[in-house]
Amino acid sequence: MARYETVIGLEVHVELKTGTKIFCPSSTAFGGDPNTHVCPVCLGLPGVLPVFNKKVLEYAIRVGLALNCKIAGFSKFDRKNYYYPDLPKNYQISQYDLPLAEHGHLNIDIDGQVKRIGITRVHMEEDAGKLVHQGSTGVASYSLVDYNRTGVPLVEIVSEPDIRSPEEARAYLEKLKAIIQYTGVSDCKMEEGSLRCDANISLRPAGSDKLGTKTEIKNMNSFKALQRALQYEVERQTEILEEGGQVVQETRTWDEARGVTLSMRSKEQAHDYRYFPDPDLVPLVIDRRWVEEIRAGLPELPDQRKARYVKEYGIPEYDASVITASKDLADYFEQCLEGYSNAKAVSNWVMGDLSRLLNAHDIDIARCRIRPAQLTGMLKMMDGGTISGKIAKMVFEEMFETGKDPEQIVKEKGLVQISDEGAIASVVDEVLAANPKVADDFRSGKEKALGFLVGQVMKATRGKANPEMVNRIIRERLR
Amino acid sequence: MITIAEVEHVALLSRLDLSDEEKRMYAEQLGAILEYAGMLDELDTGNIPPTAHVLPLNNVFREDREGEHLPLEKAMQNAPDREGNFFKVPRIV
Amino acid sequence: MELVYMTAHELHRMLSAREISAEELCRAALDRIEKLDGRLGAFITVTGDLALDQARAVDRRIASGEEIPPLAGIPVAVKDVICTEGIPTTCGSRILSGFVPPYSATVIEKILARGMVMVGKTNMDEFAMGSSTENSGFFPASNPWDTDRVPGGSSGGSAVAVAAGQAVVALGSDTGGSIRQPASMCGVVGMKPTYGAVSRYGLVAYASSLDQIGPISRDVADCALVLNAISGHDPLDSTSAPGDRPDYTGFLNREIKGIKIGVPGEYMGEGIDPGVREVIGGALKVLSSLGAEIEEVSLPHSKYAIPAYYLIATAEASSNLARYDGVSYGYRVEDPKDVVDMYSRTRSRGFGTEVKRRIMLGTYALSAGYYDAYYLKALKVRTLIKQDFDRAFEKFDVLICPASPTTAFRKGEKMDDPLQMYLSDITTISVNLAGIPGISVPAGFSGGLPVGMQIMGRPFAEGTLLQVAHAFERSTDHHKKFPEL
Repeated sequence: MARYETVIGLEVHVELKTGTKIFCPSSTAFGGDPNTHVCPVCLGLPGVLPVFNKKVLEYAIRVGLALNCKIAGFSKFDRKNYYYPDLPKNYQISQYDLPLAEHGHLNIDIDGQVKRIGITRVHMEEDAGKLVHQGSTGVASYSLVDYNRTGVPLVEIVSEPDIRSPEEARAYLEKLKAIIQYTGVSDCKMEEGSLRCDANISLRPAGSDKLGTKTEIKNMNSFKALQRALQYEVERQTEILEEGGQVVQETRTWDEARGVTLSMRSKEQAHDYRYFPDPDLVPLVIDRRWVEEIRAGLPELPDQRKARYVKEYGIPEYDASVITASKDLADYFEQCLEGYSNAKAVSNWVMGDLSRLLNAHDIDIARCRIRPAQLTGMLKMMDGGTISGKIAKMVFEEMFETGKDPEQIVKEKGLVQISDEGAIASVVDEVLAANPKVADDFRSGKEKALGFLVGQVMKATRGKANPEMVNRIIRERLR
Repeated sequence: MITIAEVEHVALLSRLDLSDEEKRMYAEQLGAILEYAGMLDELDTGNIPPTAHVLPLNNVFREDREGEHLPLEKAMQNAPDREGNFFKVPRIV
Repeated sequence: MELVYMTAHELHRMLSAREISAEELCRAALDRIEKLDGRLGAFITVTGDLALDQARAVDRRIASGEEIPPLAGIPVAVKDVICTEGIPTTCGSRILSGFVPPYSATVIEKILARGMVMVGKTNMDEFAMGSSTENSGFFPASNPWDTDRVPGGSSGGSAVAVAAGQAVVALGSDTGGSIRQPASMCGVVGMKPTYGAVSRYGLVAYASSLDQIGPISRDVADCALVLNAISGHDPLDSTSAPGDRPDYTGFLNREIKGIKIGVPGEYMGEGIDPGVREVIGGALKVLSSLGAEIEEVSLPHSKYAIPAYYLIATAEASSNLARYDGVSYGYRVEDPKDVVDMYSRTRSRGFGTEVKRRIMLGTYALSAGYYDAYYLKALKVRTLIKQDFDRAFEKFDVLICPASPTTAFRKGEKMDDPLQMYLSDITTISVNLAGIPGISVPAGFSGGLPVGMQIMGRPFAEGTLLQVAHAFERSTDHHKKFPEL
């Protein structure tokens, strides 16, 4: 048993995909020219005032409910004061002591067990702008500021320190992403920054309930990075403790290239955010009936969907959890089943070749060129004996590359399965004549020899011969 | 009542670069003002709710409808320094 | 009588009757600025060409036979804390020298839509922090009744402009008395409306929960006209009160028989100059002779208003003024070595002494370990102060006291003692804390200097204030006296 127990809590920021910013009517669209999605309010010009976007509240309540939180009856916005060039007012409008939602949880699957991770709070705040550092690597000589992202609505989701390993942290973040994607309020794209994660991690002697000194880890831009950074930090802190040292409470940044966390030696600017209620905004009194309406309108969430797949489609629990972990993938799966009833076959292809190709090409299902109807079209051709399983794999890859219909691929490449008794028989005869020794082996009881002969026939027909017929005819010939 | 060290801490939080003379002056003046403010302690406010807003307003919203953006040149017309479409600032660390 | 000393309602009649043109009127105001402002220092920016364009546009409307709205063609001066698109807006601070807003405040849109002619942006204490207009980052303003004295502040420039005939009416802003106190010291009418009555969008924030824009004018009728023009709900200001506003001119020319007036003892005793007390006493006799019922009342928490105010206002200010950092607008120090250096030196050089003092005080009041003792405590005391007024207004329609404890004081007199300067807001500050309306009207003179009477009312009872003020004004002629310049 390990001498130390790892204690991790995650702070996750999610950008909400409203059309406009949280406190002004500027667009939230990603990727505009620098400083073109701005107005006096999000530029923080003298004299401007914020007005709260109601859609943000609705979306944040949706997140809170999906995470099993209690939604506050009374909430307000506070100013968090700190100086940074990406923050035009030098304060961020956030929520301090009266967050929108509290006391929630989500479940993760870990080693075949369900584990509940507590959610401390969900609150709303405005995003900062973007800084582009210029100059040689290491120390930038100057920076450029783009305020397009300034004021994009965020929810911050803070977990309880219930997470006990880097694997659990990853599972938590994956589950959180899935749940939020299901609610439809965010794309949760880590690469575009619409899902961001910081971690607090500490170690304590196994069996102790006192928390050890924590470090805060930033700059983890993928699930893999999260897991690696935390693993590194576990090892680093273990080493310090083993040597009788003390962990320094500090913020560390993950260096992906070097695979290490590094201290962010902040020129000590005394962290004192001086939160106080924002006098430019009025409190929120949240209508219970509205909350219940939003709750009633919540879509089916990953856990519910997974249970339904197992029950309704009879697919294995593991497959169901993999497919439902991504809303897009689960939607794809269900679209396949609209015109095709063999869920198990679809699940096998989705779990197998489809996932493999998506991973290999690093694209997500939304950008996959194979439409559900094309996948099921191919399955139907298999079922009808038009193509063999082996040919299907070729067709599938071709569909993935080109987006063409399976029927067209099969036709263009002449991949229709040969099921003509006479045609197959004549190839079989040729193969047997060319391989008398192997034929003899089979006759004398070496079952293995059959595989070789079938392979030769398939090779001669470029995979198109109906494998069942080939088997049957060879057996008949050598009986 | 207020030390130079406290003045320096507050100046750091406020991003103000004060001369020694200013530090001494503010230490003295802030001390006097805070001492005067000490009269608030005469009042027992244990059961008094704070008033952050005088108007009994809540739930003021806008709809999620896009408005006009500032044209780039207007957004940047007051920039002390720029590079292309960006505001330019000296190095951060 | 000289054009420049007439009121908006008189001038409206003359413009409509084509006895004068808007251009003529505008030129009269601009000439007056040209002639006097070297001595008075009321204006930071004069917008002569723009004003003449606006005036000529009004003349064209008149020429075409259009019936112009009441304030069309009337020269207005605007405190330089209100954003005007394309026109420099400095807040009296070097940190914003050269700053040209790309948008206009809601009140600016409103006055321009009514055809008002903006002659310039007026001088003020830097970021509205001060009671004398000596804290201007550019130059101090002078009282037209005695140029060795201050005009009051922070809207000193606006009060001077109206008192000296450089504009017919003006807009000011009032966070702790910044309209009423200079109006009192300059012998003009000044009103701070109820918090939420007038949009704050485009008013550069000092203390957001206390700031309000309001009119400064020669008489009460003009005050009602300007209030009509600027008040109203604004969807761009979350703290703007919903619903329609009444026509405030409807409260003019009414009797005040039976109106119940309370006189807070706390604002008539210690700390109030005897000459001022005497003038207000005389004014109360006038009101009594008009049938008002006058009684003393107590606002027991009054003495706590100054410390509560200075903690709340400076805490908000410390955050509101954080944005002046040299990044995307305003002054930036030369050759900063890094961002922190840029922030610190830009702010230290850009802000004046009083602004830095308040930023420091507010930062302290919000900082870890002091929040509860200072900021939160002050918010609780604010509740007590508001409750004092609520109780008083259960019995009284309005409360009356001096708008300033003294007449205009000499320049430099209080500059070295911030606490003494803060005490000059003693009678006005609680009105902002309670969010209620207050108006200062000329009530007489003490030692040759104007004394203003402050009338305070229930939230959104601006009409009642105008009713009482107008009744008083009709029975007196203090508002018809002008400084010799």
